[in-house]
Amino acid sequence: MSAPSITVPEAELQWKLPARGPVAMYCLIAAEAAIFTIFVVAYIFYIGKSATGPQPRDVLHVPIFLTICLLSSSLTIHFAVRLLKSGRVFSFALWWTLTILLGAIFLAGTFREWRHLILDEGLTIQTNLFGTTYYSLVGLHAFHVTVGLLALLTVIIFTFLGDMGRQHAERAEVLSMYWHFVDVVWVVVFTVVYIVGR
Amino acid sequence: MSTESIAWPTPEVTTRRPVVEQLHEWVTTVDHKRLGILYILYALVFLLVGGIEATILRMQLIRPLNHFVSPEVFNRMFTMHGTTMIFFVVMPVMFGFANYLIPLMIGARDMAFPRLNAFSFWMTAFAGLLLYYSFIGGDGLYGAGNAPDVGWFAYAPLTSKTFSRGHSTDFWTLSLLVSGFGSIGTSINIIATVFCMRCKGMTLAKMPLLAWLNTIMATLVILAVSPLTAAQVMLLVDRYLGGHFFDTQAGGSAVMWMHFFWVFGHPEVYVLVIPAFAFASEIIPVFSRKAIFGYPVMVAATLCIAFIGMSVWAHHMFTVGMSAAGNTFFVLSTMAIAVPTGIKIFNWLATMWGGQITFKTPMLFCTAFLFQFLIAGLTGIMLGNAPFDWQLGNSYFVIAHFHYVIVGGILFTLFGAFYYWFPKMSGRMYSETFGKLHFWLFIIGFHLTFDFMHIPGILGMPRRIYTYEPGRGWDIWNLIVTIGVFFQAAGVLVFIGNLLWSYFRGQIAGSDPWDAWTLEWTAASPPPAYNFATIPEVRSRRPLWDLKHPEDPDWQYE
Repeated sequence: MSAPSITVPEAELQWKLPARGPVAMYCLIAAEAAIFTIFVVAYIFYIGKSATGPQPRDVLHVPIFLTICLLSSSLTIHFAVRLLKSGRVFSFALWWTLTILLGAIFLAGTFREWRHLILDEGLTIQTNLFGTTYYSLVGLHAFHVTVGLLALLTVIIFTFLGDMGRQHAERAEVLSMYWHFVDVVWVVVFTVVYIVGR
Repeated sequence: MSTESIAWPTPEVTTRRPVVEQLHEWVTTVDHKRLGILYILYALVFLLVGGIEATILRMQLIRPLNHFVSPEVFNRMFTMHGTTMIFFVVMPVMFGFANYLIPLMIGARDMAFPRLNAFSFWMTAFAGLLLYYSFIGGDGLYGAGNAPDVGWFAYAPLTSKTFSRGHSTDFWTLSLLVSGFGSIGTSINIIATVFCMRCKGMTLAKMPLLAWLNTIMATLVILAVSPLTAAQVMLLVDRYLGGHFFDTQAGGSAVMWMHFFWVFGHPEVYVLVIPAFAFASEIIPVFSRKAIFGYPVMVAATLCIAFIGMSVWAHHMFTVGMSAAGNTFFVLSTMAIAVPTGIKIFNWLATMWGGQITFKTPMLFCTAFLFQFLIAGLTGIMLGNAPFDWQLGNSYFVIAHFHYVIVGGILFTLFGAFYYWFPKMSGRMYSETFGKLHFWLFIIGFHLTFDFMHIPGILGMPRRIYTYEPGRGWDIWNLIVTIGVFFQAAGVLVFIGNLLWSYFRGQIAGSDPWDAWTLEWTAASPPPAYNFATIPEVRSRRPLWDLKHPEDPDWQYE
């Protein structure tokens, strides 16, 4: 650049860098995505390789209701964050609570499904390769839902204590990014486990 | 080199506080410089431990039919040596330098997440202790005194409950899992720091190369260490919950583990070597008195290395027996990665070309690095050919090759970085005489050990054998290799002695002993907790040059 020194580039006048929260969350999501990729690859690779039964098509039922619950929780958390940004804390609390409820319904559904598989179908993590990969992949996702729920609960506790305000909207948004990620992962897990693998 | 051009305030003299209080400050610190130094010291301790393990291995192999240690201890030693050196020496030391230098170089007062930084360090630190606790607790109820003995890549089914009794493998798995969390935390921090904390005017294209390269390294850590974490979780499921991921009798696949491990394992090589490139890219220009040649190309080449480096992992597995298509792909991608690496070597050479080179200790190490890393790359190309690898895979040729990378490439620049930034970290100069002595001892030892290690490999000596019979033509080479170890050990002792002596008795360094150009040299040595009293503003890649030469600043040309 051989331009005369007087002209200062516009970039130097307006010095604005991205906020650190979302950048870090994107990195964390990349790391988590890599972890899930390995589990998904293992699941796909082992489809149909179980030496003994039960096989997926015998015991798995497509959890459509739970999927709707979890995916719509992405929408509710999005509304919640938007409301917090405009400072409407009460409506925020309502939508946020709804998100928690939807997530909890999903977890409860997973619990019921596992209970059925273990007690009625006799499928455990030790039974065969299907059991090993199924419980690991779905369990890893359920673990992430649990962690997300704990974080969401922390926020709602602070809200009820009256400590949440518009100034926390950015942080709530970072948390919502994680929750969206957990939902997107479920789309992949759902496709692989209940559609491709069955 | 002069420091007269700019006058810097001298650090205030403070009264000594009680040791307990100082210790408490170090343990609870969230300052990036202190955490950086903690990382580095921690890695130095483990460097000595891993070095002792290597010495034990070489003592065992010094002559045929030797019984210096038992076969069991030998297996533990090579496992612990590999695991320690990769996870608890090179990675932490690179994180340490990144932690210390990046905020200073980009004009920030700390990392983006200081508490995450401390958390990550302590995760790594306790993971190392967990690994070494296996010497006491590894056998669990079966008896005392065990350690992981499955090799650093821990192939299935060696790690299954059947073949690995007790808890030694669990210590290995858990410690890598925990250190992996630490590594990912630090990497997230590095990326967030670089993208969100740069001082005014420092666009991405004006960042020091060290910051750039460490960002790329951190990205690789995020993408590569996570698969290892996933694989370790699977191994834990197999070992504790009775899963079948790697259990071939239930339809599982042992090759699966290999893929998962090397999906981590090969990018890991670049995780270790890219920060080494970063050191060379900072040190070579300063001691050649020239700006780095081809800055944008250096960044682009590193990005290429990272990108291609994600797709070469199965060249570690040619001997497993893959399909022809698989072999072809991994041979070609391995060949392709030589191109950006070659570009970088030429750029460093072009930086030196026509420069006023002064061979201070850091520059000596970096020059040796250029030569040795080239040879390491060439043997890498040899091994990257599947047919050649079928002959020499898992032989001492492979060991010689990757030690050429890790010792000849990475460790050499690392020593260079120690000498280059020691004045900044301690405020005092090291002894140039002892630095040079360290260099010559180490380079003689290095070449004795690793040049001659190629030969028994070509003659058919496999890796990880406990001992060998006389008369196979391996004897003399193994003797030479072991003799080299003593030179290296002497070099490292001189190095440690030099650091200790210089810390207490060295000359006061001043803030800019090398007449360098990046921002860390504007801060006092050692820098105060807040780094910069006023946050600097930069207009070029060499802000200090601009400051020292207002009549001919860099930003007129960039």
